[in-house]
Amino acid sequence: MRLPLWHLTLASVRNRGLATVLTLVAIALSVTLLLGVERLRNDARSSFANTLSGTDLIVGARSGAVQLLLYSVFHIGDATHDVSWSRIDALRTHKDVAWLVPLSLGDSHRGFRVVGTTADFFAHVQTGNRQPLRFAAGRAFEGVFDAVVGADVAARLGYAPGAKIVLSHGAGEFAAAEHADKPFTVTGVLARTGTPVDRSVLVGLAAIEAIHLDWQGGSRIPGVEIPAQFVGKFDLSPNRVTAALVGLERRATVFRVQREINTSDGEPLLAILPGVTLDELWRVVGVVERVLLAVSAFVVAVGLAGLVATLVSSLSARRRELAILRALGAGPGDVFVLLMTESVLLAVAGCVLGVVGLWALSAGIAPWLMAEHGVQLVPRFVDQSELVWLAGVVAAALLASVIPAWRAYRYSLADGMTVRM
Amino acid sequence: MAGFTLSAGERLFLHGPSGSGKTTLLSLIGGVLRADAGSLQVLGTELSALSGPRRDRFRADHIGFIFQQFNLIPYLSAADNIALPCRFSPLRAQRAGDVAAAVARLAGHLDLPTGLLARPAAELSVGQQQRVAAARALIGGPALVIADEPTSALDAARQAAFVDLLLNECAAVGASLLFVSHDLRLAGRFDRSVALGEINAAAEAPA
Repeated sequence: MRLPLWHLTLASVRNRGLATVLTLVAIALSVTLLLGVERLRNDARSSFANTLSGTDLIVGARSGAVQLLLYSVFHIGDATHDVSWSRIDALRTHKDVAWLVPLSLGDSHRGFRVVGTTADFFAHVQTGNRQPLRFAAGRAFEGVFDAVVGADVAARLGYAPGAKIVLSHGAGEFAAAEHADKPFTVTGVLARTGTPVDRSVLVGLAAIEAIHLDWQGGSRIPGVEIPAQFVGKFDLSPNRVTAALVGLERRATVFRVQREINTSDGEPLLAILPGVTLDELWRVVGVVERVLLAVSAFVVAVGLAGLVATLVSSLSARRRELAILRALGAGPGDVFVLLMTESVLLAVAGCVLGVVGLWALSAGIAPWLMAEHGVQLVPRFVDQSELVWLAGVVAAALLASVIPAWRAYRYSLADGMTVRM
Repeated sequence: MAGFTLSAGERLFLHGPSGSGKTTLLSLIGGVLRADAGSLQVLGTELSALSGPRRDRFRADHIGFIFQQFNLIPYLSAADNIALPCRFSPLRAQRAGDVAAAVARLAGHLDLPTGLLARPAAELSVGQQQRVAAARALIGGPALVIADEPTSALDAARQAAFVDLLLNECAAVGASLLFVSHDLRLAGRFDRSVALGEINAAAEAPA
C-alpha cells in the first residue's frame, strides 16, 4: 500500500475539481482545434489535388493557366474566348492523343452549371485516385434532350431519372432567359465524387446547339421559333466549344504535345498540365491554411497558459498541503515532481479528450461537409504526424509547468514545515 | 541556547511561552532549518553537516511529527494519511512491513475504529484527526517523535487520555518523545520536564 506520488497528485487534482475540469476542457478544446485545422488542411489539400485525375492536358483559348483551370474544372469564372470546333477536332486525330473530351460551358440550371460534352466524359474523366465516374442511377445521355446530373444537383433539387428540367441561358442565379421551349429529361444521376462534377448538369454537345438554334448573340432571334420536335432537321454539329480535356497515348509525350499546341499557328490556344496548375493554385490558397494553422497553435498556447495560471493560483491554497508533505519527509524535489506530474497528467488527459472530441465532431459534421463543400473528412483517431503534434503539446505543457513547479519548490524551501495558513 | 540533550527512549516535556523559540528549535531538530553556529546532533548525526536532501531523508527516516493543527491532508483517507511517511521513507516502509497491517494495528492501539480509515481526513472529528496524526507520526517506528502542542484543541480529560496513549505507543516502538506544550498540568506524566526559557537564560548568563 505504499502510496505512489501520482496517487497524491490524483487525489489533489480531484480535490480541486472545478478549476481542474475547466482547465482540462480548455486544453481539450485547443487540441481539438489544432488537430481539426491540421486535418482539414490535409483533407482539403488532398481533395483539391484529387479534383481531376487521369487527364494529361486541358486545352482552351489562350488566357492564363489558372484561369483556364478555374473555368474548365472548377466552374469558376467564364472563358473569355471559345475555341473553334475544327481545331479541337484536329487535335482529336493527333497521333499522340488517346482521347479527347470537349466541354461547352455557358448555360445553367437553377444555379448549377450546364456542361455540354460527349459520352466520352463518363468513360475518361476520373477523380480522386484515378476513380472513374459511376452512375448512382440511370445511364448516360443518348438523345438530344437527355441530361445527366451530378450528385449534388440530384440531392438538392430532388431529381431522379425521368425528371423534366429546363436550362437557362447564362450562368449563375441571374440567368433569366430560359430555354423553356426545349425541356430535357434526366436519364442518369452520377455517384458522389466530392468534385465540381457533383454540381454539374451534363448534356450532349448537340443539345447545346439545339437550344441555341433560334438564338443569336445571347438572345432569342425575334419572330423565330424552332420547336423541339423539329431540331432534328438542323445540323447540330458544334461550331465552337469552351475547352477540352485530353488524354495521351503515352504520358512521356505530354510536354512535347503541350508545346506543339501552345506554339501552333492560327487561333491562339493554351494547353496546361492540370496537376502543375493545381499545385500553383494551391500555393495561392495555401497561405490561408498556414495562417489558420498559426492561429490554432496560438489557441494551444492560450490553453497551456490557462493550465499554468490554474496551477500558479492553486499554489497559495496548496502551500499548507506542500508544507505538510515536507514535514513528512518530502524533499523539495518531490514537491517539484508532484507539480510536474500534475500538469503532465492534465495535458495528456486534455490531449486524449481533445482527440475523442475531434473524432466525435468529425463523425458529426463529415456528411454535411461532404454535401455542402465537397470536402471529404474521414473520422479517424490519430495518425503519426498528429501524434507528433500531441507530443509537442505535452512537451510544451511540461516546459510551461516548470514555472509553477519552481515556485512550489521555492515555497517549500522557504516555508519548511511551518504551516502558514 | 546553552545545551540541550534528549536521551534515547526518553520522554521529555518541553514548555515555554510563545516566542521563546520552540518552533525554531523544532525546525532545527527536524532539519528544515540549518544551524548557523554551534553543534546539533540528532541520533548521533551532526545535522548541520548534512546537505538539504540528506536532511530531508534523515527527517523522513527518523522523525515523526505531530502538529498543533494535526495537518492531515484533508482529501486523503485516514489510512492514506497514516501511511504517508512510508511514501517518503523507504526505511520506515521497510520497518512497517505490511503497511496496511501496520496502519490497522496503530489505528487499533489508538482507538480508531476500522470503519473510519477509509473516510477522508476532513470528515473526522478533532479527536479522531489527532489520533490519525499520532498514528502517522508513529508508523514505521521513528527513533524520535516530536509533538508540537498537540493537545491544545482538546478538553482537559481528553488531553490526559491522549498523552497516555502517545506515551504508551512511543514506549512500544522504542521512540524518544519530545513533547512541546505550555500546559504544565501534563508535565507530571513525562520522565523529565524542561523549560525553554531556562535553557535560554542559562546561555545568556556568564559561564
